[in-house]
Amino acid sequence: MKHIISALVENKPGVLAHVAGMFAARGFNIDSLVVGRTEDPDLSRMTIVVIGDDRVVEQVRKQLAKIVPVVKVQDFVGQPVVARDLMLMVISAPPEKRTEILSLIEVFRAKVVDIGQKFIMVEVSGPEGKIEAFINVCKPYGIKSVARTGTIAMPRQTKLDTRTEKNNN
Amino acid sequence: MGIAVILVWYKWSPVNVYQERKKKMSSKSRSSAGSAGKSSVKTGAQIIVDTLIEQGVDTMFGYTGGVVLPLFDKLYDAPIRFIVPRHEQGGCHMADAYARASGKIGVIVATSGPGACNLVTGLATAMMDSVPMVALTGQVRTELIGNDAFQEADTTGITRPVTKYNSIVKDIKDLARTIREAFYIASTGRPGPVLVDLPVDVAVAKYNSRVSSEMKLPGYRILAKGHAKQVSTAAKAINKSKRPVLYVGGGVVAANAGRELRALAEKAHLPVTMTLLGLGSYDQRKPESLDMLGMHGSAYANYAVQECDLLIAIGARFDDRVTGKIETFAPHAKTIHIDIDPSSISKNVRVDIPVVGDAKVIIGELTKQAEYQERKEWFKKIADWKKKFAFRYDQNSSAIKPQYVVEEICRQTENKAIITTGVGQNQMWAAQFYKFVRPRQFISSGGLGTMGFGLPAAIGAQVARPDDLVIDIDGEHSFNMTMTELATAVEHNLPIKVCILNNGYMGMVRQWQELFYGKRYSKSYLKNPDYEAIAKAMGAVGMTVESKADVSGAIKQMLKEKKPCVVDFRVEPEENVWPMVPAGKSLSEMDGLEILERLI
Repeated sequence: MKHIISALVENKPGVLAHVAGMFAARGFNIDSLVVGRTEDPDLSRMTIVVIGDDRVVEQVRKQLAKIVPVVKVQDFVGQPVVARDLMLMVISAPPEKRTEILSLIEVFRAKVVDIGQKFIMVEVSGPEGKIEAFINVCKPYGIKSVARTGTIAMPRQTKLDTRTEKNNN
Repeated sequence: MGIAVILVWYKWSPVNVYQERKKKMSSKSRSSAGSAGKSSVKTGAQIIVDTLIEQGVDTMFGYTGGVVLPLFDKLYDAPIRFIVPRHEQGGCHMADAYARASGKIGVIVATSGPGACNLVTGLATAMMDSVPMVALTGQVRTELIGNDAFQEADTTGITRPVTKYNSIVKDIKDLARTIREAFYIASTGRPGPVLVDLPVDVAVAKYNSRVSSEMKLPGYRILAKGHAKQVSTAAKAINKSKRPVLYVGGGVVAANAGRELRALAEKAHLPVTMTLLGLGSYDQRKPESLDMLGMHGSAYANYAVQECDLLIAIGARFDDRVTGKIETFAPHAKTIHIDIDPSSISKNVRVDIPVVGDAKVIIGELTKQAEYQERKEWFKKIADWKKKFAFRYDQNSSAIKPQYVVEEICRQTENKAIITTGVGQNQMWAAQFYKFVRPRQFISSGGLGTMGFGLPAAIGAQVARPDDLVIDIDGEHSFNMTMTELATAVEHNLPIKVCILNNGYMGMVRQWQELFYGKRYSKSYLKNPDYEAIAKAMGAVGMTVESKADVSGAIKQMLKEKKPCVVDFRVEPEENVWPMVPAGKSLSEMDGLEILERLI
């Protein structure tokens, strides 16, 4: 099963190597790993997608928490989350296919970010499934190259919002 | 305080060196010891030394080199006893065993590149056995890092998997704080080695050390107390259990919880089995002791674990050498697991009642809530097993049995010596036939199984415990790996004893080859030197014992020697360690039981 694990880590050199090294040394599989800054300049957030049964993921979570510069670890499994991937893709788009491709792009709410005589570069974001689906429908036209970020995620704040609304009333 | 430190230093140091430095010492050391915290501009090297002293370091191990020269210059007149090994690996094991024997933090220093690389085995050994250590390594100047400079190695990269934490100090402002953090991390929670890499330009830079350097560790938390509800659930399970077994590991030793463990075992009336690293945490002469469990553990411990209805694991990690085939381990038991490291819990076996926290605190709590149960049948069964399957060897053999040597050492030292070991058969016989009575008495590389550990470990232990008798029960091939450290023992006049159980083979490898590879003794026999002559050449006492009749006398003679002493016992070449749970078999499937029974 896929688990999205979010880890707040100290923003210092060697932390990524430590986390990645721990995964390799203990034989855990990383599906994707994304690191980025947060609102606090001293902290970064790593979003790691791991495939494994509950016991393996429990170990992953504990081993991550054990790493000294890792401040907080959350496993989002079982809670409603917003999960997003970002992809840039260059598709072969000769003039006769262009309209067809543009309509696909519209269906997927993707964006054209660069355009040439024979190619279009598209930006798509969304849940991983949507990205995969987009790749599948584009395959027949000829995909030249793909760059993807891997998943980032946050738990939905809906409950909190409802309460705030009530308080306001 | 300054004077006390100097006196200790005086007691320790080789006299000639002392005379040379005497005058310098009396004026300088007091000022350097007392000046931490006062306003002054200091070099990085001075900050390092002052921070070490502030952390209570009075003994260090280490080897000099190019980029650590500024640090070693400051150490020249620091009130710190300094032991230089003959190889950094030896120094690292010394610092490790110093920590294991004393409960303090072992400190090792090495230069960049090869110096740091030579620490790797020692750090991994300490990491696997959760030993508190701080390693300081020199590094090339910060602007050269990454340029393949002379004696440059990516030390933090290389040592990351074998340390609890490591970091490189690139700014002198962070220096004191980073060293403080290293000592704190190394010694708290589940202890382990921490490395700080120190570029030489930081060591020579100058800085006003009065500026605050509080620790900053937002990601490091220790759960010491244990969840009260979990503790009471565990206590109830203990009180209800008809066939309990306490299974204790190195965590009990690390937590200094020997006394608490004894109180719990006595109050609740529980049999105790120990892992290799747990040996010494419970007096093995007592009837409740089941001695060591696992692959070469006692049959009575293994049977008890397999038949118990409650397994109380404390500071132990369900290592494969302990559990055998994991699916069939303690099949009838509910499991309580007490450990300071949450990641140890449910790593190898599913645990019913986990308690995360400090063993000393939690055992104390458990003892309060525990009730005495007679458990007559269970103890009767255990007593029968103990009688039937005691560790035995052929006492009528004309050859020197290695077990006899260990038993005789135990008898003549009245169970009091600190024992270090190499790895392999020598280690297992030491664990089986020496009966330990107090924590920190048995010092051995358990997790990593580092051959060559015994001699430097004996040196480190002797430095930590000058008044104790320290004996390395070693194999000749383990001894081969680090025997150069004999020179260190002689230089510092450390009266360690080395008993080599010399069977000519890499004994444990040979045993496996005999049992599982059709007696094809591939590359496990070497032509070895005359250890008596080597010992003498190094300035130690050397002896060779070739006949059974001389064993007892030789040990007696060895114990009288005031100098380091090596005794080469030419033991039965093809003796095996029994019982044995073959790898991947369950604990009750022990080989060699018929041999033990035949020898009754």
